Parts: sequence; structure tokens; C-alpha cells
Amino acid sequence: MSEGNKKQKQNKESRETYPSLLSLFSGMEKLELEHFAMEIGDLELWIPTGAGTSIPVPAAQIIPSLETKIKPTALIPASFTFQREEFPGRIREVKLGATKSEGGSRNRSIVIGGADAPPYAFVDKPPVNPPVFALDVFDMEVPLPRALKVAIKDVMGDPAEWARLNVKKFGADMVTVHLMSTDPLIKNTSPADAARTVEEVLQAVDVPIIIGGCGDPHKDAQVFTKVAEVAAGERLLLNSVTLDMTEAKTLEGVAKAAKEHNHAVLGFTGLELNKAKELNRRLYEYLPPESIVMDLTTVALGYGLEYSFTIHERARHAALMGDTELQHPTISASTNAWAAREAWMQMDAKYGSKDMRGPIWETLNALILLLAGVDLFMMMHPAAIRTVKDVVSDLVKESSAKPEQIAQWASKRI
Amino acid sequence: MAVGDVRKTIKEISPIDVYKLLPRTNCRECGEPNCMAFATRVVNGELTIENCPPLKKEEYKTAYDDLSALMAPPVKVVTIGTGNRSIRIGGKYVLYRHDFTYHNPTPIALDVSDDMPAKDLADRIQAIGDFTYNYIGRSLVLDAIAIRSTRRDPTTFAATVKAVASRTDLPLILCAYDPVVVEAGITKVNDKRPLIYAATKDNWKDMAELAIRYNCPLTVSAPNDIPLLRSLVQTITEYGVTDLVLDPGTFVDPGLSETIHNFTTIRWSVFRNHDELLGYPLLGTPFTAWLSGEITKNVISWKEACAASMLISRYADLLIMHSMDGWVLLPQLIWKFNIYTDPRKPVSVDPGVREFGTPDRNSPVLITTNYALTYFTVESDIKSGNITCYLVVIDTGGISVESAVAGRYLTAESITNALKEYHVGELVSHRHVILPGLAARLSGETEEASGWHVIVGPKDSSNIVQLLKDHWPPPDT
Repeated sequence: MSEGNKKQKQNKESRETYPSLLSLFSGMEKLELEHFAMEIGDLELWIPTGAGTSIPVPAAQIIPSLETKIKPTALIPASFTFQREEFPGRIREVKLGATKSEGGSRNRSIVIGGADAPPYAFVDKPPVNPPVFALDVFDMEVPLPRALKVAIKDVMGDPAEWARLNVKKFGADMVTVHLMSTDPLIKNTSPADAARTVEEVLQAVDVPIIIGGCGDPHKDAQVFTKVAEVAAGERLLLNSVTLDMTEAKTLEGVAKAAKEHNHAVLGFTGLELNKAKELNRRLYEYLPPESIVMDLTTVALGYGLEYSFTIHERARHAALMGDTELQHPTISASTNAWAAREAWMQMDAKYGSKDMRGPIWETLNALILLLAGVDLFMMMHPAAIRTVKDVVSDLVKESSAKPEQIAQWASKRI
Repeated sequence: MAVGDVRKTIKEISPIDVYKLLPRTNCRECGEPNCMAFATRVVNGELTIENCPPLKKEEYKTAYDDLSALMAPPVKVVTIGTGNRSIRIGGKYVLYRHDFTYHNPTPIALDVSDDMPAKDLADRIQAIGDFTYNYIGRSLVLDAIAIRSTRRDPTTFAATVKAVASRTDLPLILCAYDPVVVEAGITKVNDKRPLIYAATKDNWKDMAELAIRYNCPLTVSAPNDIPLLRSLVQTITEYGVTDLVLDPGTFVDPGLSETIHNFTTIRWSVFRNHDELLGYPLLGTPFTAWLSGEITKNVISWKEACAASMLISRYADLLIMHSMDGWVLLPQLIWKFNIYTDPRKPVSVDPGVREFGTPDRNSPVLITTNYALTYFTVESDIKSGNITCYLVVIDTGGISVESAVAGRYLTAESITNALKEYHVGELVSHRHVILPGLAARLSGETEEASGWHVIVGPKDSSNIVQLLKDHWPPPDT
């Protein structure tokens, strides 16, 4: 719990230093200030008339009931006690990043997982470790939708600077370095070059780091092994290990390197719980379960997000019911939301500007999976991160609803 | 208190339980081969007992009542409106979507208010009715209109209700706290079964009278107060109202935490503690974002959108919203459609070869998956680009290209098998196949396995036209 409190405090601190939601929708401040003046004007002019106290219906209008049953004339009191069930299972905690005393060079480590109840279901069961946010960095220039590019265009191609911006300006708890250039079909950068990029990022920021591979089971294994060695003790999260690696016979090498140099791995499987369990079983041969995180696949809203939502709910429920092979924290690459056409395509004006559609798509993708229990989000758009962080800090709070604020909402002028 | 007996959940009801209560005549009037087959489909949620014509005869009344009780969802169904635009809300059988398909997708109502100038009102109703999005061959639309009394005056409200009803056939929600105002509105639409909003601790008796007199469903409102909500339900049901909708209060900012917890606790209580008093549809009002201290329209709409999606995911059976911005509404319409699909079967199309235009032996061959969204997107791009081609739809179990590649449903082998199975080699004289850009990774293996040359297509099918311009016909043909 102390870890959770610390987290809340950190959220609060970072909130003061990173920009407001509005300023994150680029180029709209001016336009909106005009609205502002108008709407406040409306609000101030409106004075409640005090209606809403009920005026009794004239007796003559009431048709007498023929029922013999006596109708209540006053509210029948009722109470509410909720019998919350206890769950036999618990999600393992996985520590990411290592401080100097722990053998790394990070300012702090982050613990994810630990859930012993369904996410945000019971008010007395806030998350043991609130979800954390990793922002993406690519090791080469990549095509991005304009809404994403605008915030990072000055640092594109410079992973260290990009990482610094993510932490300083956008409140990243962690940074994901995507070693995309290592892809044999792209630049086929060598494992040594990739390791140098990782070292640069480790120098630039002091948060825990996630290492993203290119998806090729042979090349990723070479890269991860090299990076694991060069960054020994840093408790990196290697993203990702797959069943393809078992087929390519490269899983063992990566897992052993992770174990030897004290890193964690992210097991990726495609929307299939039996595959996730199978991959975990293979990993248990080489690694302690406390070093394994699951990526069950995040699909974009409109393109199958419901499969991601349901597979996360199924996994979490099974884990809480005692399935030890699923008792691992989960991550979501919410950035995948941008794969939806609705996120980036010019559409008819009635569907709104794509500069709003894109960020809201990433935001909603993450919020929906937040409710399904995701522990770590990989995100990109500053407004999306800001919003999901704010929602998380609200969800872990004890009480903040003010009934008077929404009282009589249906008769309020807006 | 009204915590009911433990009865069978939908997953515990077997086809035999249903079969025992059916006429068992195997009359086939329902279209099924026999009563057991019918019972199985009822238990799977594919048919309801209403689909058995003989069951409605007087002689089976007891059986019908027993079956109704057996199959009744723990969250009751409430109907709002009449005719073909009427909406059914609630009717939930489970907490988790993976246990049993969710029923009755969350309708989205947009608000209008009685202080709107006539022209604005007419324009907004028109915009609400016109807002549609074509998604996987379906038309997604907005479902209802909530009319709010902000003037708090019966005559004004009645005139507004009349004006709205004359311009739309969407179901209506009449929102006022004063029973006199509500009644003035109802009399203008008394044959249309509007939903009344809302009975509170102060006006419950008069509102209950209205609900009974005009046969309308009634919302019970107790913001952030579940004991009061239960108290109101108990009182109002004993008063004689049967169709209730519960409003536990929607707090967008601050208070989203309580909102999510209240909705979730209510549903857990219904399904795990068998709390019948809370077994009614839930109303969420992301609208309340507009009462927050935020000063810009975009930030308010943004928060409204977030609250709406979270409530669709967390058990809201009906939403009232304000923003008409497309970027706010579009994701809600898509998400509520998605989360209410059957989790056991992906929305898919039949695999096989589709022909566009009049393809000949030199026409390009394109590959895609049988996930409905992927297929319809590619189809619409092919059609709008006037492309003549063969499109090979591969059975990936209804999974999109990217996920199918990652999950190994789309592989060099499955592509090779499909090319053979559908005799694509006999349709064309060349041996060039265009793979989706998101499956580029498979190109080497596919060339090896199939013997066809692979052209890597665009990541998005809107660029197929350009690809063909640049690369078709291939240089060696």
C-alpha cells in the first residue's frame, strides 16, 4: 500500500509540472477562449428560480385505484450492505527498473501488479499498485499522424532527447525504446548499435526502461541478449518474447539472459489465453514468475477492442479465481488505437476534426482497458496520457463526488 | 429485505430445464426440428420463449409463466417508446461479457431543452436524427431524445414536447422534477410511452401516480446514495409501478470514482447478492460534464466522451449526453455496438474469392482476412477506387490482419492453402499476389510456400489504388 501512496503523491507532483489538458490539444487555445467568454456569460445570467420542489397533483385528477393493496404513503426505509466476496488468487507483483542500491542506475523502481480483487469494482479495494504509464520513443524517424507528430517533431530521430521530453514534459513513469531500426526488413541495425541507443536513453533519463524489439524472433533474440548484457542490473522489461521464439528456438537464450542480468520479460500472445498460459509455462523453466508481464494484445477501438477487453477480463477473473499461470500483471499498447482509420483519416465534418478524433481514440482505448485491469499502459498522445492519469488518480481516491454539483442537472441551463 | 432466493443463473440453466416446461409436441411451428433443439437455442440466447407459438395458448399458461420466471434476466427489461424505434434497455443476465452475450445495447439519448429557440430546436432534432455512421455494413444511429425542462414551466414544456414529437419518431425521455411539468409534457405524447425522469425522495408519490396513469416507465434518482435508491424502488414498486430505471448519479469531474464504483457495486449486488431491488436498468448521464467548472467546450466534451465510454463498459443501460461533436459520439456508437456482439463468434464474413468489376486472367489478386470490419473496409476502398480485381478472403477466424499475423491465424501456410482451395491459379494466368502491408512479414515465407510472387500492399487499403498504379501490371508479365 505504501507503494500506492507514493504513487499517488508522484501523480500529484507531476500534475503540477506537466501541461493542462487544454494546452495539449494543439492550436486550439485561441479559438476556445472565445467560447469561454460566451459561456460564462450565459452561466452568470442564469438565476435558479427555485422550482423543482414538487407541486402536488390536484386530487381531482387522480384516478382512484381499485387495488385492494394499501399503497405506501411515506418512503419505506431501506439500507444497503454489500457482501463483497474474497478471491483466492492474487496477481504477482513485478518490479521494473533498479536503483543504484538494487544494482541499476534508475532514480526509482516501479512495482506493477498485486491486484487481489476485480479492477475498480469495490470501493474498499483500490489498486494495490495503481497503473503506470510508459511513453514511446522510436530509434528512427517513423511516419506518425499529425496529431502525434506535433508534440515530438523536434526530437524525432533522437531517442535520448525524445525520452527526456516524455519524462519532463509529459509525465512518463517509464520510457519504451522501440528498436525498430533493427528490423531486417527495415535497416537491420546491429545488436551492438541497438545497445548503444539503449545506453544513451539510460543516460538521458532515470526512469525504468522498456525495450521494444522489431517482432522478428531471431533478430529480437540477438538484440535482447546484447541489450540485457550491456544494461545488466537495470531491470529492463524486454518487449516482447513470443511463442514464435520457441519455434525459432531463441526463447531460452533471451530468458536466460534476462535471468542472468536481472531483467523482466513481456510475454506477447494474440488474443488467446491458452497461448498466454503456454508461453508462461515455457518461461517458468528459466525465469522466476515475478519477472513475467503479459501482453494479451490491444486492438484498436472499432477494430476488435472488444476482444481485447474480454480477454483481459477473462484473464484477470481466472487469475483471481486461482489460475496461477495467469497471475501476472498486464500491459496495453494503447498506441495501437491509432491503427483505426477513425483516428487519423479525414472524414466528413459531422464526425469532427481528426485532431480530436485521434487523441480521443487513444484515450478511450486506454480507459476501456483500464477498467479491465491493465497495469501498465504504453501510450503516445500527451492529452491521452494526461487524461488517463487523471482518471486513475480519481479512481484511487476515497471520495470526491459532490451530489449538490449535479443536483437537478436536468433543469440546468448550459 | 428484498434480497431474493438464489435461483439458477443463465449458465446453470440447461436445455433440459427449458425442455421440461415446453409443450414437447415437436410441432416445428417455431422453425426448429424439435422441442429439444428449440430449448437449446433458448438457453443460448438465440431464441426466446416468445418464439414458441403453442406456449401462448391458455392450456400452457402455467408452463409459460414458469418458463418466464426461469428465463427472466436478473436485470429487468424496460421498454421506452412505441413502434419500430422503441428501445429495450436492461435485460442483463451476467456481469462478465465472456459468460453470456450482453443483451440490449446501451441506447444513447441526446438532450434538448425547452429554452431553445424554435429554429435551434428544429436543427438539433434534425442533427440527432441524421447522425449515422456506416460501420461493417450496418448503420449506427442515435437512439432517443431527452427533453429537459429548464424553464420549469408546464406550458413551455408541453409546447416543446409537442414540437419535438412532431419532428421525430425517436423515443423520448421527459426530464423535470416537478410532476406538474412532467404531466403537461406527457399529455402531448401519452400514447408514446416516454420515460419519465425522475422520481426523487421529494416527489416520488406524484411521479409514481403519473407512471401508473400514463403507463410510462419511471426513472428513480438518488445521486450517490444506494440506500435511498433501494428505499425509493421498494416504495414505488409497492405503490404499483413495475417498470423502473435507476439513476445512481453520474459525476464526471470530480467524482468519476464514485460513479464507476456505484454502477459496479449495484451490478455485483444484483448478480452476486441477488439484490432484486437493484435489478433494474441503469441510467448514466455523462451530460453532467456540462455542469463542471471547465471553461472550454472541447475539454467538457472530452470529459463527457470519457465518462460515456467508461459507463458503456461498466453496466450503463441507457445514456443521456449533450455534445453533438462527431469525435465524441462516433466512438460511443462503435463501442456500444462492439461490446454487445457475441464474444463467442467474431463478426466475420464468409471466406472465399470475391470478384470486383469484371476481372480477367490479368487482373490483380489481393489478399485480406474475413474479419467483417477488415473485409468491408477493403471492399469499400476497392469499389470507390473502381478497381477490377480478385479479392481472396482468408479464414482467420474473424480476426483482423495485424492481430491475425501476430496470433498466427494468417500465415504463409493459410495463404497458400487458400490460393489452392479457391483455385486462384485457374482464375489468372500470372502468379502475383498482393499481401496487406500489415502482413509484410509473411512475404518471404509465402513466396516459398506458395510459389507465387508477393507484392507487399499498403498498410491501409485506401492506398490500393496508388499501389496498383505504381506496381500493376508487374514488370515481368
